[in-house]
Amino acid sequence: MNDVLLRLLRAARGNGVRISVAESIDAFHTVASVGYSDRQLLKDSLSLTLAKTVEEKILFEDCFDLYFKRETMAAPVGQTARDGFMEPDPSGMPGQGGGPGEGQSGGGGTGSALGKMLLANDEAGLAAAMEAGAEEVGVSNISLFTQTNMYARRILDRMGLAELEREIEALRATGNPADAERAALLEAARQDLATRTRAFVERQLALFGAGTRKEIREGALRTAQLSQLDRRDFDRMHALVRDMAKRIASKYGRQRHRDRKGVLDTRRTLRRNMSFDSIPFRTVWKREKIDKPKVMAICDVSGSVAQVARFLLLFIYALTDTMRDIRSFAFSGDMIEVSEILEREDIEPSIMKILEAVGFRSTNYGKSLEDFDRIALNKLDRKTTVIILGDARGNRNEPRIDIMEKIFNRSSRVIWLNPEHRASWGTGDSDMLRYMPFCHQVSTCGTIAHLERVVADLLREAV
Amino acid sequence: MNDLSAVKIPTIESVEAGLVSAGYIPSRQIATALFLSLRLQKPILVEGPAGVGKTELAKAAAQFLGLPLIRMQCYEGLDESKALYEWKYGKQLLYTQILKDKLGESFRDTENLQAALVKLSSFSDVFFSHDFLEPRPLLRALQQRQGCVLLIDEIDKADEEFEAFLLEILSDYQVTIPEIGTVSAIVPPVVLLTSNNTRDLGDAMKRRCLHLHIGYPDQKLEERIIDSRIPGVSAELRRQLVSFVQQLRGIDLRKLPSVSETIDWARALMLMHASDLEVQTVQDTLNVLLKFEGDMTTAMRRAAELTHKARREGGVDTR
Repeated sequence: MNDVLLRLLRAARGNGVRISVAESIDAFHTVASVGYSDRQLLKDSLSLTLAKTVEEKILFEDCFDLYFKRETMAAPVGQTARDGFMEPDPSGMPGQGGGPGEGQSGGGGTGSALGKMLLANDEAGLAAAMEAGAEEVGVSNISLFTQTNMYARRILDRMGLAELEREIEALRATGNPADAERAALLEAARQDLATRTRAFVERQLALFGAGTRKEIREGALRTAQLSQLDRRDFDRMHALVRDMAKRIASKYGRQRHRDRKGVLDTRRTLRRNMSFDSIPFRTVWKREKIDKPKVMAICDVSGSVAQVARFLLLFIYALTDTMRDIRSFAFSGDMIEVSEILEREDIEPSIMKILEAVGFRSTNYGKSLEDFDRIALNKLDRKTTVIILGDARGNRNEPRIDIMEKIFNRSSRVIWLNPEHRASWGTGDSDMLRYMPFCHQVSTCGTIAHLERVVADLLREAV
Repeated sequence: MNDLSAVKIPTIESVEAGLVSAGYIPSRQIATALFLSLRLQKPILVEGPAGVGKTELAKAAAQFLGLPLIRMQCYEGLDESKALYEWKYGKQLLYTQILKDKLGESFRDTENLQAALVKLSSFSDVFFSHDFLEPRPLLRALQQRQGCVLLIDEIDKADEEFEAFLLEILSDYQVTIPEIGTVSAIVPPVVLLTSNNTRDLGDAMKRRCLHLHIGYPDQKLEERIIDSRIPGVSAELRRQLVSFVQQLRGIDLRKLPSVSETIDWARALMLMHASDLEVQTVQDTLNVLLKFEGDMTTAMRRAAELTHKARREGGVDTR
């Protein structure tokens, strides 16, 4: 009984539901009070106890269905799948149904236990034996698809495959036509069983291996160079970036206050101490608001950063989604404001639109800064943070350092995130070193992990 | 200690029936959540869009369990002196004034300051005792003799510090007051917390609670809710108006109409003596359902189409 639940918890963890030890204990208490008999009730109750966000609930419920459906799905299509023949009721754990060990080999003479079950088409017995074998070899430890064959083979071994094969051999050797026929039947059944076992192991992989695979993949994505990423990573990256933006926004999105210790707020102190006849027993300090940062994000989408542009836009999109006071601009030769596109449209179409409008042309930083000067410079104030995402390669056009200086002087902070490695700044047509004096902070931002660190810093320091 | 509620609610069905008798039509999940909360003595954290009946659930639970409801509305800047307890300063001052002579008298026979101090310390706690304690909602909830339903409304509006402060109450049903000591609940209250998800709550908080998400109800459930809340609406109209609202929720709107709006609308339609959904009536009363100008224009444009569909689904023949 405990194993059923424990494995479910493990599978759920692997699928992305965060379950602490305390919550597992709660799960056991829950099960103790609702029981296993009503599947829907069990699902509802565990979902209440374990999954703590709507997304987690969906993940958990899918996982629950997959977990409890696996036995009924074990029968191949076309055969009568006996509904619920493997109800995971507390006592009916796989193993006692008809393990390979306990088959008596009386009756038909040579028949192995497995062979008998196959010939008798004993679905329940086979499934139980499969479960028992799976239990013995610890199939729930499976983490990679390359292990599928190994586990399948081991399960078959536990089910008594060797004995079955010997039986088939022996039947063939007799030369008796009836025996040969029997051997052929058994052979077919054996192959069928092998396929089914593989399918079973694959399902286990889907249940238990997901966590490991996801960790490996996401870990790699977080630290992979943005310029090296593939188009097909885009979706996963999207999820990662969105999580990150959400994390950042929920941490810094609210109005925050900071006590100025030692500076008395007379008005509020008097009010607070009315009950003491206005003798100030309790002091109230003046507080200052920590403003939500006002951000202007400028994103280079020209040919030279073509690889990275999508991800930079993705990041800006995620920020727009979660922060209110943000205006964004994109440029290669000319600059346009893209706040509205990003706000209105979904992620894919909005990125397409932006790239169509200004993307992949040859870069002209000078011209773009002029545009910025015209569109938004007068909206900059000392609370605004300007983030520039780009490689500062302006095709040897006039870089217009003077406008950069104006931006620098008017805003609270200018942060330049350059996807190129530091060593290549200033080489070739890169004007990075010339822009650098007019930035408060310049970092390389080659990976998502970089990006997150820089932005969290930015928001923490925003005053 | 919780035998009271265990006796009263042996099964989920009885929870469901109890809530229904209090005028709240729960989904199966809601009933399960309340049942488990009573069984495991864990608080429920209820999340969901505004107006789906989060607060109402607490009221109904209190009503059917026959317990008083103690409600604490959270807001930014809420602190322990408003949530837990406060000393009755005025009373303390007043009593010291009144007792001044008495005090002088008892101190008269002391020879020096040292002796007076010793004497004073023998009854120093008089002014910091339960008599001078003003209990605020949380303390009041712990002091209820027969238990209560404690509703902590919109916990996401309170500061993170306050959320951390709640943890002791939520897991152990006790609070620590420096001057008095630890106060434990006489009967653990049934605690419901609601959140509109304006910020993510801490993991520590979520871990201590059952997490219930109430979404928009489906057609059937919503019809039952309307039926229980506004019994005067005819079955046909009810089906049509619920179907209309359900469709409205499928459109891309800024604020989707929730159950409370459906109820308001049903009431409005009833007052207008509508027997069927008419395009004109719908357009006139749409402002009951939708709260944003932009949403109004979007919905207005599709009002006719949606109304006809709702009428068809409601069984009215439209040509």
